[in-house]
Parts: sequence; structure tokens; C-alpha cells
Amino acid sequence: MAEFFTTTYLGIAIVIVAQILAVLVPLLVALAFLMWGDRKIWAAVQMRKGPNVVGFFGLAQSFADFIKYIVKEVVVPAGADRFVYFLAPMISLVMSFIAWAVIPFNDGWVISDLNIAILYVFAVSSLEVYGVIMGGWASNSKYPFLGSLRSAAQMVSYEVSIGLIIIGVVISSGSMNFGEIIKAQDGMGLLSWYWIPHFPMLILFFVSALAETNRPPFDLPEAESELVAGYQVEYSSTPFLLFMIGELTAVVLMCALISVMFFGGWLSPIEGLPDGLFWMVIKMIIVFFFFSMVKAITPRYRYDQLMRLGWKVFLPMSLFWVVFVAFAAKFDWFWGIYARFVTGS
Amino acid sequence: MMVFAFYLFALGAITGGLFTVISRNPVHSVLWLILAFISSAGLFVLMGAEFVAMLLIIVYVGAVAVLFLFVVMMLDIDFAELKAEMARYLPLALLIGLMILMQLAMAFGAWDFAEVAQSQLAAPTPDASEIHNTQALGLILYDQYFLLFQLAGLILLVAMIGAIVLTLRHRTNVKRQDILAQIYRDPAKAMELKDVKPGQGL
Repeated sequence: MAEFFTTTYLGIAIVIVAQILAVLVPLLVALAFLMWGDRKIWAAVQMRKGPNVVGFFGLAQSFADFIKYIVKEVVVPAGADRFVYFLAPMISLVMSFIAWAVIPFNDGWVISDLNIAILYVFAVSSLEVYGVIMGGWASNSKYPFLGSLRSAAQMVSYEVSIGLIIIGVVISSGSMNFGEIIKAQDGMGLLSWYWIPHFPMLILFFVSALAETNRPPFDLPEAESELVAGYQVEYSSTPFLLFMIGELTAVVLMCALISVMFFGGWLSPIEGLPDGLFWMVIKMIIVFFFFSMVKAITPRYRYDQLMRLGWKVFLPMSLFWVVFVAFAAKFDWFWGIYARFVTGS
Repeated sequence: MMVFAFYLFALGAITGGLFTVISRNPVHSVLWLILAFISSAGLFVLMGAEFVAMLLIIVYVGAVAVLFLFVVMMLDIDFAELKAEMARYLPLALLIGLMILMQLAMAFGAWDFAEVAQSQLAAPTPDASEIHNTQALGLILYDQYFLLFQLAGLILLVAMIGAIVLTLRHRTNVKRQDILAQIYRDPAKAMELKDVKPGQGL
């Protein structure tokens, strides 16, 4: 039986589909509760109750919303490019899902153990822009178009600094594989994780992740007060739902990336406690809590300030940091910024 | 399975390229171009060059094609007129295409029959099992050919500066944001509190 699953194409296909479902189904269920948690935190900061009608403490609110989106009518604008119009939300959703293929949840618990996993995630997140651009353009309307242009410019700009921050972590760990990056942080519990040596980059990455995923305070593409709702104005029903799920999945993916790159993934914070899936989930939830808090407590940025922050502040800082980390790793300054690889000749 | 994947990606690349040329809507052209890029990235992965594949997606699809899309969507070019002139330039285009094809054929032919190339293909140094191709590329670019690589970067930098200098115009009658001045404003200077009596106004 075991042979069937490792040698035949059908068997391998079944195993891969099972692995994919084992990641996606818990992820989607978790998304529903994260959405609820997000709204509850937001409400608590503003001293409201938040969703509290459907189910206990409003726990089923996300599912109610889901059903509401599904059963509504799909409205397509008259001048829309129908094919691109429906392709856009699908791209948005698929791109945010396929990145999970390389995220490890425990030692070896990963669908595809790529040796360039971090580049893969970066490439996929750079493709996410297309959902936004295509959605805005295909709607054939001014507000979505302006929103999508803003959003695309913002995502492309912040990708640059995210890429440079990733390079810093790659230099320190000497690998582009997430499993290797996590193992490089093993040692003295939470003191050996990269959040201490790479602390400035942790903050930069967090802010860039907010901008990259169009979260508040950088949610200019959706700026309700000026652009109605950005690139999704003309979308309704299931296509809109796909956009929303894609966006939220991208946020959770950023939480996973932060906990893998800076907080040691599945490693336990105190030496002696067993490592495992539990720690990864806890770390992701804590990071997501910070994402929600930022949404609740910060006012929205102005667009030119956003661009200035990305290009004139974050880019030089992360570029300098890459050079610094490279020198530290090569000449063993500051414990090589925890570099765990042999620099060699 | 590899053969199936190869034909899938190859078909994707050729379809993408074909529709980039013949599709009527310029935005669709760019989208087909993206399909061609992604398919060729898939082909690179099949050849075991996963680093190059990812770079192709990050650089070309993630940045260059986005710029193309911006330009195509924003510029007011009458593409129908451009397409109408296509017949006029078709012979020249065919000639250039043919020349490129012949050059590629010559290069690959020479590569296939050269003994040095064959021996290097048979035994790559360092051995493929010892080192990831990311590391191998890094060693070549940043170690062996470091100066040439930096020189290439410098040329690109000069080209970029040249483009900026050519297009940069400082217009004097435009109001600009002075970010520092905005940051250093404080409430004492920017605000004035008035005690307004009800029903009187200021």
C-alpha cells in the first residue's frame, strides 16, 4: 500500500491533494475566526461590542457573511471586460493560496520543501498585484481604476524593501529554505531567534507587510471616503468574497512569514519545552493580533507620504542593513549577527 | 510526467507569445505576455534552474510587466492605428525574426557540436549534487566574475541616471509638499484656540 502512494502517479497525486487539503481547510476555517477576532479587537478598541448576534459571542458571524455573499446576485458592469473581470478575483485568491505550499508548520510539515522557498513566496506575492490591477481595469469605471493604480504602485514599492529585508535574513541563515531558516534560529530558546539581531528589520517588515497587503493604515486603495472602495467597487457577491478571502489570506501569510523569519516558526520559546505546530500557530495569532491593533489605533496615511516612506526611508534603511549584515557575517562582527553558516574561503 | 509538463509550459509560452502579437486589446496583449513569462519560468524549473525561474517571475512579471500595464492603460495611444500599419512593417519584422532565429540556430548548433561544451555539460564544476544552483550562480557572479558583474551594474546605473536626467524638468510654478516642514509643525504655531460665546460667533 505504501508503495502505491510513493511510486504511482495516481498515488502521489492523492497524497499531494490530501496534503493541500490538510493545509487549506484548517486555514479557511481559521480565516473565518480570524476575521471575527479582527472585528472584535477593532470593536473593543473603540468600546463597541462588535459582532455578537450570530452564534455564541457572534462566533458564527463570518459564516453568516459567507452565506450572504454566496447567495447574492452577481452584477457585472455593462462595459466590463467579462473574462478579465472574473479572472481577477480568482487570481487574487489563487495567488494567496499557493504561497502556503512552502510554509512549514512543523519540522518537515510542508507540502513542497523547495530550496528557494523564500523566493517562491516573494514571486507569488509579486503576482498578487495582478488581481488588483486586472480587477480595477476590467471594471471599466474610474474609481476602481484609480484605486487599482494606487494599490498596484503601493504593492510594487513595498515589495522592494520586503525583498531586501528577506535578503538580510537569508544572509544570516545561509539558506532560502524556510525549514533551514528556522533550524538556524534554534539554540537558546527565544533569545536565538532573529527578532533580536534583526529587530529594526522586524519593524520594517511589519510595516511593509501592512502596506503590501493593503491593510490600514495603508488601505489607500480602499479609502472609502475618496475612492468608495477602490478596485472592488464594481464587484459583488462571490467575486467580491474571493477578493476578501484573498486579501485576508495574504495577511495571514504575512503573519506566517514574520513568525518563520523572525520568531523561529515551530521552535518553542523556552528551552526544554517541546517544539511543534502549537508554537507556530500561537506566534501567527500573536502577530495577527498586532495587525488588528494597528488597524484599530492608527489613522490612515496620505498617499504621497506612503510613497515617500517606502522609497526614501525603508529602501535606504533595508539596503544599509543588507550591507551591514553581510559584513557582520563575513568578518564575524556582533557574533556575525547570529550567522549560522560557514563563511568559507 | 516531465514530458507532459514540458508540453504544457511550451504550449503556454507559444500561445502567450502569439496572442501578445495578434490580440486587439493592448491590455490583453500584456496579460498574454505575462502568460508567456510564467510559462518560460516553468520551463526553467523543468530544466532545474529554479533560481532563474523565480527571478524571471519576480523581475519580469512582478515589476516590468506591471510597468507595461501601467503605460498601456494610461497612455492615450491609438492602438488601432498602430495595428493598421502592421502590414507595412510586416516584411521588416519577418526579416528580423528570421535573423534572430538563424542566430539562435547557429549558437545552439555550435554549442551542440563543440566538444568543450559537451564535456562541461557532462561534468559540471562544481558537481550539481554538491551545490544548489543558487549558490553556484552566486559564486560565479560575485566571486569569479565580480568585476565584470559590477561593471554591468555600473552601466545600468549610468543608463538609469541618463534617463532620469533627460526627463527631469523642474517646473517652478508647481506647488510642492515640503515633508520636513509638515513634520516640524507643532500645535502652538498651527492652531489658535478661541473662546467662542454661544450665539455670537467670532
